[in-house]
Amino acid sequence: MSTAAAIAAAPVTMLEAIRQAMFEEMDRDPSVVAIGEDIGVYGGAFKVTEGLLARFGPERVIDTPIAETAIVGAACGMSFLGLRPVAEMQFIDFIACCFNQVTNFAAKSHYLWGAPVPIVLRGPSGGGVHGGPFHSANPEMYFVHTPGLKIIYPSTPYDAKGLLKSAIRDNNPVLFFEHKFLYRRIKEPIPADDYTVEIGKAAVRRPGRHLTIVSYAAMVHTSLEAAEQLAKEGIEAEVIDLRTLLPLDKEAIFASVKKTNKLLVVHEDTKTGGIAGEIAALVFEGAFEDLDGPVARVAALDAPVPYAPTLEQAFLPSTEKVVAAARELAKY
Amino acid sequence: MSQPLSRQQHLDLYYFMQLNRQLEDRMVRLFRQNKIVGGLYSSLGQEGVSVGTAYALEKRDWLAPMIRNIGALLVKGVPPRDIFTQHMAKYTSPTKGKDGTSHFGDLKHLHIVSPISMLGDLIPVMTGVAMGGRYLGQNIVTMTWIGDGGSSTGAFHEGLGLAASQRAPFVLVIENNQWAYSTPVSRQVPVKNLADRAVAYGISSAIVDGNDVVAVYRAGKDAVDECRAGRGPRIIEVKTMRMKGHAQHDPAEYVPKEMFDYWKARDPIARYEKYLIENKIWDAKTKSEIDARIERELDEHQKFAEDSPLPPAETAATGVYCDGCHTIEAEWKRSKKEVTPPQSSIDASWKVPSFGALEAAPSGNGAKSFPAAQPAPASAPASAPTPRASEPHDAETVAAGAPAAASDILRVPFGRGPKDKAFLAEQQAKTPPRPQAPPRHRPPKHSPRKRGR
Repeated sequence: MSTAAAIAAAPVTMLEAIRQAMFEEMDRDPSVVAIGEDIGVYGGAFKVTEGLLARFGPERVIDTPIAETAIVGAACGMSFLGLRPVAEMQFIDFIACCFNQVTNFAAKSHYLWGAPVPIVLRGPSGGGVHGGPFHSANPEMYFVHTPGLKIIYPSTPYDAKGLLKSAIRDNNPVLFFEHKFLYRRIKEPIPADDYTVEIGKAAVRRPGRHLTIVSYAAMVHTSLEAAEQLAKEGIEAEVIDLRTLLPLDKEAIFASVKKTNKLLVVHEDTKTGGIAGEIAALVFEGAFEDLDGPVARVAALDAPVPYAPTLEQAFLPSTEKVVAAARELAKY
Repeated sequence: MSQPLSRQQHLDLYYFMQLNRQLEDRMVRLFRQNKIVGGLYSSLGQEGVSVGTAYALEKRDWLAPMIRNIGALLVKGVPPRDIFTQHMAKYTSPTKGKDGTSHFGDLKHLHIVSPISMLGDLIPVMTGVAMGGRYLGQNIVTMTWIGDGGSSTGAFHEGLGLAASQRAPFVLVIENNQWAYSTPVSRQVPVKNLADRAVAYGISSAIVDGNDVVAVYRAGKDAVDECRAGRGPRIIEVKTMRMKGHAQHDPAEYVPKEMFDYWKARDPIARYEKYLIENKIWDAKTKSEIDARIERELDEHQKFAEDSPLPPAETAATGVYCDGCHTIEAEWKRSKKEVTPPQSSIDASWKVPSFGALEAAPSGNGAKSFPAAQPAPASAPASAPTPRASEPHDAETVAAGAPAAASDILRVPFGRGPKDKAFLAEQQAKTPPRPQAPPRHRPPKHSPRKRGR
């Protein structure tokens, strides 16, 4: 991750890292503005934007009506004048309300009429916090299917900060998913100086030689826990964190599969139409000769995210499920 | 009220309306020769709307057309060949054959945002352009059009709500052409005037005869001036009539013949020609000179389009992303210091002007009012928020996005250095802890936040 020399004293949460990225980018460049529901005086539902209004004022930190289509539309409009708006979805589930604005307007503008749309749509996503069916979703695949968008889903504070900065400086519409389970649960020291993380590059989180586990967001941590357990059984799993889903780092996946010859994809999104299917197809197309076993998947059940803890636990992938799938795969 | 139009301006209006009509007339012929690749939408009878409203804009202003606003594009400076090539899917078209019709734009020079087919989405987008222009100090006004049909979309209402709450310098022209595809306006909207909806947003509106180009221009100019003076947004409803079907494939047999007759007698170009003669603004010679110029230009532009190639197949997946092909830079017309700390910093709290009690409710809005059944307490209930007296700005200032005055400047610590930390500690000692409002949604429980790193 980061070099010891550049590390600041106190470890920060993922939420704080995202907040720092916002502050630093708005400090660096007055063309960066923030827009969303309750992001100003209240500081956002999760307090990601806390303090932004006081520092940058109401022209740059814009509280809007509850109108996601208007938020994204206005962000697109501002970007046409060379501004770089960062729009917040209070919960990423609500991006469904502005699906058209994202997929038909923002995503297609550059292809159709050469108009870049340098906006970032960010918001809390993911389950495991008993948010129920409308506050826990992982809607990334609706958008992975939309050419013209870039999609980022980080798993660490360091990456979250560096990738958000890259997203803000990118000339394309970027969807930035923030897993709310990770917001305050993981901490790490991050450099005090300005740094970015390149969009479209995966990271090897744990090297291994028996099989590859490809994952992203909260499931990276689940996969790492599983790899720890597997190691005790003598199975060395290599864990890859995609970090960016669009564009996908195919080369990193191929390189790992070439080494381990087995692939397990783990994601918190539901199974049917999840990115595991796409990755499996890519590996069949590009690295079939390297495979010693079938591509395996561990994903959420094909259902809405349920509310009751017993149901949500059954719905989500878990360390046990990953370990079990890896064990089966390792037998090949 | 705006200045009277000069002779040249009067002639411009005729030129653009006639150019619009003749251009579309030629495209109908091209369509019948199978030279138009996709659909063709007619603005016959609506030329005065596009031309009159767009003519009120200045070069620096921005517009986004709808499908029947070719006239507005021409006024803004789009050459006719762009319209021909777009419809014919030529490689020389502004979108290089990637899209057709009036779906193209120009960010750099003409300030045109491309529409998409989903109606209403341009309203929040042009609101955003207006907000961005104000932020950059450009003093621009933005304009888009929507039909009677499109005024039922969610994006229409979401966009107007944002535009109104932001007081955005944005003009929305509701082009009431009586028909949304095959459905008459009376079956879509239960109000007589679509402009009446402005009341619900607390914004101003105007209604104008869309087939009287001078009246349309005046309404447009008035709206643009008001918006530029900071009194936007505004709705203009233009009453007009779609004289053809939804597109070429649609014979519009659902429209009563008498309705076509009624509006044919009000054709905007024929009416305007009469107006120009009656007001001695032109003569037959001037008319024939302008008409000949239009013929000449259209011949040349049509030939260019017909001679142009279709795009090469290998460009089908190019340009999906901007990979550095564009340099994005905002044009600042004000000092960046005004929007950079410390000048941008404020006391981030709301001033609540009204507690929402019944006596504060506006009267005369048509709502039925019920008398109180229980005596109200003498003072505000304990649960009502108390206004904070020392606030440097009110809600209105936030909405209007005015920069903070010098006296409002408050040091806002970022928590980096010893100064910030000392200041933060001092502030915390002074301020009693804020009561935590219950969250709208249920965020996970969290440990106390750290400001510093």
